[in-house]
Amino acid sequence: MSSVAKRRSTPLIVLSSAFVAAWLIVAAFPFLWTLWGSFKVQGDFFSRADWMNALWGTRTVIETGSAFTGNGYYGAFVEEGFWRAALNTLVVVVFTVIVSLTFGTLGGYALARSGYRYAFWLLMLALVFRAMPHITLVSGYLLPFFEWNLWGHKTTAIIVLVAINQPFTLWMLHSFFLNIPKDLDESAMVDGCTRFQAFRHVIIPVMWPGVVTTGLFSFLLAYNDFAVTAMLLSQENQTMVPQIAGFLGSTFEEGNVMFAVAAVVSATAPLLLLIIFFQRQIVSGLTAGAVKG
Amino acid sequence: MPHRTFLWFILPSLLAMILFIALPIGSVLVQSMHVEHEQVLIETETCGPFGCTPSVSVDQNATRALREAQPLGRFNGLRTYTDRNHLATAEVAQAWSETDSLTGFAGRLMNLPFYKALAFTLAYTFVVTPLVIVLGMAIALGVNGLPQLMKGTTIFVSLLPMIVTPLVGSLILFWMIDADGVIGATLQRLTGDPNLSLKASPVLTWITLFVYGIWHSAPFAFIVFYAGLQTVPAETLEAAQIDGASRWQRLRYVVIPHMAPLVVFVVLIQLMDNFRVFEPIVGFSAAANATSLSYFIYSDLRGDVAQFGSAAATSMLTILGVAILLTPVLIRTWRDFNRKRV
Amino acid sequence: MAFLRLSGLTVAAALAGGTAWAGCDLAGGDIRILGNDFAAINAVVDGARACEGDGVSFSANLTTEHRDIQVAALTPNPAEYTSAIVANSSIVPLINAGLIRPLDDLVAEHGAGLNRNQLITIDGQVMAIAFMANAQHLFYRSDILEQAGVAVPTTYEEVLAAAEAIRAAGIMEHPYAMNTKVGWNLAEEFINMYLGMGGSFFEPGTANPAINNDAGVAALEMLAALNAYANPDFLTFDSNATAALWESGQLALATMWGSRAAPILDDEGSTAEITGATMLAGAPTVGGGTTPASTLWWDGFTIAANISDEDAEATFVAFMHGLSADNVAANNDLAVWLAPGYTPGATAGGVFATANAGAAPYPMLPYMGLMHTALGDNLSEFLQGQESAAQALADVEAAYVTAARAQGFVE
Repeated sequence: MSSVAKRRSTPLIVLSSAFVAAWLIVAAFPFLWTLWGSFKVQGDFFSRADWMNALWGTRTVIETGSAFTGNGYYGAFVEEGFWRAALNTLVVVVFTVIVSLTFGTLGGYALARSGYRYAFWLLMLALVFRAMPHITLVSGYLLPFFEWNLWGHKTTAIIVLVAINQPFTLWMLHSFFLNIPKDLDESAMVDGCTRFQAFRHVIIPVMWPGVVTTGLFSFLLAYNDFAVTAMLLSQENQTMVPQIAGFLGSTFEEGNVMFAVAAVVSATAPLLLLIIFFQRQIVSGLTAGAVKG
Repeated sequence: MPHRTFLWFILPSLLAMILFIALPIGSVLVQSMHVEHEQVLIETETCGPFGCTPSVSVDQNATRALREAQPLGRFNGLRTYTDRNHLATAEVAQAWSETDSLTGFAGRLMNLPFYKALAFTLAYTFVVTPLVIVLGMAIALGVNGLPQLMKGTTIFVSLLPMIVTPLVGSLILFWMIDADGVIGATLQRLTGDPNLSLKASPVLTWITLFVYGIWHSAPFAFIVFYAGLQTVPAETLEAAQIDGASRWQRLRYVVIPHMAPLVVFVVLIQLMDNFRVFEPIVGFSAAANATSLSYFIYSDLRGDVAQFGSAAATSMLTILGVAILLTPVLIRTWRDFNRKRV
Repeated sequence: MAFLRLSGLTVAAALAGGTAWAGCDLAGGDIRILGNDFAAINAVVDGARACEGDGVSFSANLTTEHRDIQVAALTPNPAEYTSAIVANSSIVPLINAGLIRPLDDLVAEHGAGLNRNQLITIDGQVMAIAFMANAQHLFYRSDILEQAGVAVPTTYEEVLAAAEAIRAAGIMEHPYAMNTKVGWNLAEEFINMYLGMGGSFFEPGTANPAINNDAGVAALEMLAALNAYANPDFLTFDSNATAALWESGQLALATMWGSRAAPILDDEGSTAEITGATMLAGAPTVGGGTTPASTLWWDGFTIAANISDEDAEATFVAFMHGLSADNVAANNDLAVWLAPGYTPGATAGGVFATANAGAAPYPMLPYMGLMHTALGDNLSEFLQGQESAAQALADVEAAYVTAARAQGFVE
């Protein structure tokens, strides 16, 4: 494609660049606004008087003496111990992604290579499973988990997230494996490998683009999950999103909304680092072979 | 692949799904066909900080005996599905026989919670899904044309709508679209209408939810399509160009057919997710103008008295709805599958 | 403002003169607390934590999702938690399922430091110990009322007149607000107004609904009339929205929760002119009624049924520690405390005035939650002018009856 792209006419390049630029503004504006606002007080960021206050920090100057304040960050991390939730999230997310991908690659590979009708029906069944609203599933788990003393542990939340995530992971990875030529592993098997050896030595080295992309989605699902983590984790195992929800307050009690805003910005920052760090892998992963339905 | 090998490969995944999804679905199905025992009520007096009031409470001993005799509750068949808070068959039949115009019937129908929710859910699904596909494709084509150096940052920024925790993302957006907020105030200035409120009128609320839905889901379509674009065979494109195909023709006859399976995949996932629309309704406090099946489940489960049976029935109806919605796509996949098998 | 009745009780009715608790003196036991996550509850739980050690283990899970896990968490034997902190609406499912134990013997043995009005009794048995109170009441801006030349309203009819005067004087277009977000909040406003009109929700002694009547229509019409003076976005207003509007000076009159008074009156988020002129009054009456159109709420603790007596005792004693006069005094301004040691501050005036004028407690009926949900889902169409009040109430009753039938309350 890149050779074709180079041959594009100038108006088209201008047009498409302008379009992408417009999209980037739309995509990033709320986040940049939040980033800027996280250094203000609540009276400015959620100002009813004049939204320009969020830019200049009128109330922030009155309340803290300077146009920028780190109170939200201080409150979230020092007073409320948000870092503990961040660590919990790290554990939950990393294990969810690893286990999801392990199960998913094995299953997805089998589904892509089976050729029997039941493989198709399994995929259909996975779709039906995916249609089930999470909140109903989680409410159903509560009683048995409490009865069997499984409730509250990170392991339980990880396994549930993996299971809930499996249908999507299976579908996506199955599509990737369809895209990898059959001859590759079949010729290895002709050379005397078992199916698993062929998978290990021939398929694993070439499957990374699909795995990286699927991993990205597993990651986002576990990272942003509220339904499962809020209901199934005890306080010492609480992850970031439920704790952020706790900052927002309730009908009766005023929350610390700026703690939540600061927490959201800090929760996004490591992702930025992660993506910059893995940028080459992700982009080349995506460019190398990538998704095919 | 032999059955036995297949089984070993799929086992961990299958086991997780059976234990944590299939069994719960089974139990939800059973629950949706049962209702609670008759509660034996006794008149009592309740006292607290604000004095005593006559009250009613559940007779524990009498109710416990009933519960132990039949732990699942009373069998109710499909009657929970057909009651007024779900399919409301009796009310629909009555409305049909009592009204003589279609608009009158539609008005009566929209007064029933299930059909009101269904109307919004379907509108949301069929507006958001195609627009997400189109926007995602356009962004993917645009980003694909960018110089290599800028791609990484562009991809990250494009993912932001998906990354920022929806809980807080919608809170901030909800404030932004307030009449006093940055977007709301700007819109008022642009339209010259000082009373314009995105939160008050049903039409504008729907549009706001649609726009949020597209904004939130476009990155997913974008990233999948972008990945797919990388695999368009260069030789075919060049061959088409040599044959004198215009840029549009190359897109139409080479790129789009190549991407078709991906489009199917994104449509499948998007139809399903949009049919279960929920987070924006809560995030934007939009329940006055827009509700969905998932919102009902939430409302049933999160009240002071959790209504499991009702939520279970709505959940099964959601699955059924998704299945109906996906049928055309699935038939296509079935044909593909059979073709590939041969 | 006579907040004598409640505060008088606070001092006079202490069972043993409010002696400070000294030492836990526990031989052992597990203390595991489930509750909501806000400052006042945190203060109580932190006080209770003093009993940790010497064979007593202590843990707490304070989360906004407590209501959704409490029934499942207290069902197994032994229960996951030895105590659930509840409000007068969320205690109902625990009672319905028989998951909390009567506390009479524990109160007799260890409850010397409690006020008698803290005991929540059902059918003569103490089922919970309340420790803080809350109610919605009127907030007003004295400067704007003065400017418009109106007196402080004591009825909702006067609130309407005052709002009209403010609008007519060109001071504010939308001077009034209440918490009318669709769902729980809107239902709560209807319940307040309907009780103020003298209505009752059910046929006496049964779970059959009885709201589609003149009082119901009048309550709905009053809500519509009031919200004609509110911003058109009023169906999205929760506590956070109304408090923010108030702090920005866009409101002159509002019905808000008493627990929001302290954060509104503090020096954050608003200007001195606004907070200086913000006054608290009891909830107005409505429709010629004599009791305020508001419901009274409490938060309190319960002890699980499915735990050992030793754990129950340890938990109760720990709570007595958390609610000791010293601990309450140290956290005086976090809530309107019901426990001894509390000195009512300026921010509690509205709640006291409402309670002393005889407002009704929120009904602790087994099926009230179903009614609340049905109200929350079905009233917005009337307020948007899409259907009549009678139709809205008929929809509520139909939705409620369907739900109550599935729960076994009506046939």
